[in-house]
Amino acid sequence: MKKFRKIALIAVAVIIGIWNIASADNIKLTGAGATFPYPLYAKMFSVYHNNYGIQVNYQAIGSGGGIRQVKAKTVDFGASDAFLNNKELKMFSHPVVHVPITAGAVVVTYNLPFVKELKLTPEIIADIFLGKIKKWNNDKIQAINPGIKLPKTGIFVVHRSDGSGTTFIFSDYLSKVSPVWASNVGRGKALSWPCGLGAKGNPGVAGLVNQTPGAIGYVELIYAIQNNMKYASIRNRSGNYIKPSLTSVKEAAKIKLPDDMRVSLTNTNSKTGYPISGFTWIIVYKDLANGGLSFKKAKAVINMLWWMTHDGQRYCEPLNYVPLSNNARIKAEKIIKSVTYKGKTLIGKKDVAR
Amino acid sequence: MLQDKIFKKLIFTCGLLIILLGIAIFITVLIGSIPSIKAFGFHFLSSKQWNPVSDEFGALPFIIGTLITSILAILISIPFSLSVALLLGEFFQEGILNEILSSTIDLLAGIPSVIYGFWGLVVLVPIIRNIEMKCGIPPYGVGILTASIVLAIMIIPYTASIAREVIRLTPPEIKEAGYSLGGTRLDIVRKVIFPNSRSGIIAGILLGFGRAIGETMAVTMVIGNSNTLPKDLFSPANTMASVIANEFTEATTNIHLSSLIQIGMWLFVITFLVNLLGSIIIEKTEIKGGLNG
Repeated sequence: MKKFRKIALIAVAVIIGIWNIASADNIKLTGAGATFPYPLYAKMFSVYHNNYGIQVNYQAIGSGGGIRQVKAKTVDFGASDAFLNNKELKMFSHPVVHVPITAGAVVVTYNLPFVKELKLTPEIIADIFLGKIKKWNNDKIQAINPGIKLPKTGIFVVHRSDGSGTTFIFSDYLSKVSPVWASNVGRGKALSWPCGLGAKGNPGVAGLVNQTPGAIGYVELIYAIQNNMKYASIRNRSGNYIKPSLTSVKEAAKIKLPDDMRVSLTNTNSKTGYPISGFTWIIVYKDLANGGLSFKKAKAVINMLWWMTHDGQRYCEPLNYVPLSNNARIKAEKIIKSVTYKGKTLIGKKDVAR
Repeated sequence: MLQDKIFKKLIFTCGLLIILLGIAIFITVLIGSIPSIKAFGFHFLSSKQWNPVSDEFGALPFIIGTLITSILAILISIPFSLSVALLLGEFFQEGILNEILSSTIDLLAGIPSVIYGFWGLVVLVPIIRNIEMKCGIPPYGVGILTASIVLAIMIIPYTASIAREVIRLTPPEIKEAGYSLGGTRLDIVRKVIFPNSRSGIIAGILLGFGRAIGETMAVTMVIGNSNTLPKDLFSPANTMASVIANEFTEATTNIHLSSLIQIGMWLFVITFLVNLLGSIIIEKTEIKGGLNG
């Protein structure tokens, strides 16, 4: 028995040794952050590993955690569902850039057994989540839904209890369309909610809405599609009622975008765009040397970002993520090209070709 | 001899390490909450405003939520855990019923809390919702009462197993003396067993209380997660452990993070005090049992 243990120990030591030597030359990248794009990133990184031999270890610990890890320089890149505002940017030791990878949307889901299609205006959504509209047969809701007999049941608001990018996009939208919301509640990943119940994660909100007749809540578009949930069409800025879909969210990004891509797509100007949507970003230091990366790693990160915003985009739609629109991709390219290592650009013509 | 010495040193070091670890955890939590302590002071414990958008934080709703759900859970669980303890410690000290009941109780203690939460959500919540609809209360289904019932079931094994041990410790001589005076079985339970094992039962209840205070997952799933002061037993609320679990991952501002850590610190302090009280009482029981036997 003792002998066997010794042999086993030596074997383990040898295997670890060989493994270390074998992988010494391989570059491994680590990233951490948002949970929303995790299924997409997992797919992308797995394909990337198969194609280019570079292993990417992504930990979906939440956007806040991802940002903190970038700040602490413990990861090679971070990922976030909300862009950093100017105040937050100042807390970094060196400048960082935001590279958009995909877009997501938030849908308003409801539990009204006999109502198949529901239209909502921004004002109504704000009033419901502020607790001002309390019954489904409210005149305002009935007026824009002629032909549907709305029940007189109470409206039960369900929101996320955990801090999340979904809440950020939703509250960002409400802050833009409702001055009362902007001054009383505001935008953030976690809020001081005026009314309603909190549930953890998309599954929590969906579960509570499905259980409670008369409930209304918000979940990610992907989650709603995958679970065949009912969701409302929402009037956008141009006055059109838009049903959320991959197409209408992609349309939402067809607006004039800023160069740093720190932009919210909510309440979009696009005529056919769904109004509650937003990008999700990968965040890296503008000069990767400042993030504590080696030159090899820096090169690998840039190649990975380029691949994700180009070839990698084809994995978006099968997983119900919204691919970058052309104008967004062009901006993303510029941002990736602007990333340097000790002042030197990292991306050459050769890399761009692939 | 040398072996003995080494062995003694080894276990001593390990024991000491655990104590140091406990202290180190507290110090870490304390350091983490300094920014929040500086910003809010004791106002943190009395303010009911929890607003991550405007960076104003007060923990009162969570403290109240934690205390109400835990105390209610204890009250609900006491009749059941005492009955179980009496069955196992007095009525069926051996035999097949004892086997079945005690393994069921052990099983209850071993179920992961997320399973309790899930059960609460799919079974208990609709029942409570129906009751609420009949009473004309907003039919949320989730809320303080639901959370307390789930918690009560979770802590029964803890209270019951300690109470069973002390009930079993009741010296047979006193019980026989009671019977010879013409006492019924109920008399013996009320006037001999309970007074004799009172402190042990209280210790068991306190241990259950400590467990209820720190429970996170099951509570989050059924309490409604509303960061406001609860109005009645049916209203949604939130607890200290639950708000930490909910908001920790996405807390971006330092003060938000620090405030969550400060809640953790108070949770640490409360749990420590409850456990301390429990172990002091257990110690007393042991001495008493020895004297009587």
